[in-house]
Amino acid sequence: MTSLPSLPTPKKLGLVIDLDVCVGCHACVISCKEWNTGGYGAALSDQNPYGADVSGTFLNRIHTFEVVPEGGQVIGEAGEARIVHFPKSCLHCEDAPCVTVCPTGASYKRAEDGIVLVDESKCIGCGLCAWSCAYGAREMDLAAGVMKKCTLCVDRIYNETLQEIDRVPSCVRTCPANARHYGDLADPASDVSRMVAERGGYDLMPEQGTRPTNKYLPPRPRKPLAASAGSPVLAENTDGAKGFFAWLDGMLDRI
Amino acid sequence: MHPAPSIILFTTLSGMGYGLAAVLGLGLLDPTMIGTKVAYALALALISGGLLASTLHLGNPQRAWRALSQWRSSWLSREGVMAILTFAPLTFSAWLAAIEGRHVVAVGLLGTVMCGVTVYCTAMIYASLRSIQAWNTGLTPLCYLLFAAAGGLLLATAFAFVNGGNGALPAALALPALAAAWVAKNAWWTRLRMLAPLSTPESATGLGHIGHVRLFERPHINDNYLTREMGFKVARKHAAKLSKLAMLAGGALPMLLLIVAAVAGQGTLAIFAAVFAVAGYALGLVVERWLFFAEARHAVMNYYGG
Repeated sequence: MTSLPSLPTPKKLGLVIDLDVCVGCHACVISCKEWNTGGYGAALSDQNPYGADVSGTFLNRIHTFEVVPEGGQVIGEAGEARIVHFPKSCLHCEDAPCVTVCPTGASYKRAEDGIVLVDESKCIGCGLCAWSCAYGAREMDLAAGVMKKCTLCVDRIYNETLQEIDRVPSCVRTCPANARHYGDLADPASDVSRMVAERGGYDLMPEQGTRPTNKYLPPRPRKPLAASAGSPVLAENTDGAKGFFAWLDGMLDRI
Repeated sequence: MHPAPSIILFTTLSGMGYGLAAVLGLGLLDPTMIGTKVAYALALALISGGLLASTLHLGNPQRAWRALSQWRSSWLSREGVMAILTFAPLTFSAWLAAIEGRHVVAVGLLGTVMCGVTVYCTAMIYASLRSIQAWNTGLTPLCYLLFAAAGGLLLATAFAFVNGGNGALPAALALPALAAAWVAKNAWWTRLRMLAPLSTPESATGLGHIGHVRLFERPHINDNYLTREMGFKVARKHAAKLSKLAMLAGGALPMLLLIVAAVAGQGTLAIFAAVFAVAGYALGLVVERWLFFAEARHAVMNYYGG
């Protein structure tokens, strides 16, 4: 069970996350927790939820990074320097180490669509799969004592009782900025595959040899602030005024 | 990585237990003597205690039996299977020594080999994780095996002196084993401190083409499972001090005491020296094992600014 599927899976369902678009609102974090605490498997518990030291299980988290180019210090003044909001959930890797390290067969990758799941009735909560994941995609639920991870909302995407528009992962459905996209990355004609091809979608930590399914689209090159400051706003220039405004301009000049 | 006491206990206790069982399997101690019978019991107790300690950190220990099923892919499963299989020759050997007062070479040697394989499996659980670069080296199983051998030989030396016999042979074997173990560990530490990180915040985010990447905001204000489990860091100056302490208590001190015991030949002084050698070694090993976890940096910390 914890051996990986031998052939490339016919489908590679996954996410494409557009770092140019994400505004860091954390709506996907909340909708993910809301859907998955009542869906697949054990609830996503919180510890000390109303205390000062609250913590809990999340399958999707947003990190925010500051990217400073050589010589740049102040965001906005140094060319490409920028803040990048960075959503991160399970990447459903093709060579998923979390699957092969599992001693019980609880952790598995589906042969048909490549989704990596945990069979919670077999999980002993040893935590080794979380250790093996370089991306921090797995978190132990402290109340249930089992490992939780993104299921790609497997209980939504095939759910025919939902309207078709809702048969996508909760994070994708919720994102108000359209930064998250869901589809089959094995199909070169799919929207997500085309997006990856056009925008240069890439893998996180390729050196870990995990071959993630999920891809990230880089932020588009940005115009430095200084470039915009080059054309001063000419408040006293009335060139090109027509009709009534041309007449008014002339009249006001005369008095 | 968070140095969980249950895992530190497990690896040190079971390591010394398997070491002692392996040395007993070689037939270095006289099976008619009471000390040898106690040694067999201690080896089994250390192994069982270690295995029980390892189940303490499980979220659902009642399903632990399932961990025997995935030996094809998982080193943790292989370790569980080997640990249970190894009990067969070990308990048989213990029976032969304790009840019949004899040592059967074939059974003993089988036990020795299986002890080695089990310790190797334990080490490979850690060494196989690419996400934790400090552990991801062949030096990790080498250290685990040498530490188990050195611990077993030290314990055997103490029991040989307790038996009233001459422990010079196991002591003579323990000295090079101790030296080899700490030389290997030093190579491990040197590698760790020279290591260029495999993954960086730049490769973790893929934003390195724009510039230097640093964490601006964590996903949450407080800690989470990942930062608690993998975010443990030990200050470099303490790591350096602690590794020296481990080498002194677990290397230099036992070697000195072994020489004292061997020179004394037999009697109370030899027994005391050998027992204190074991105690110092155990302390050194716990410190070494604590550092093994506390010094290891997990790749996920690239996302958490750690």
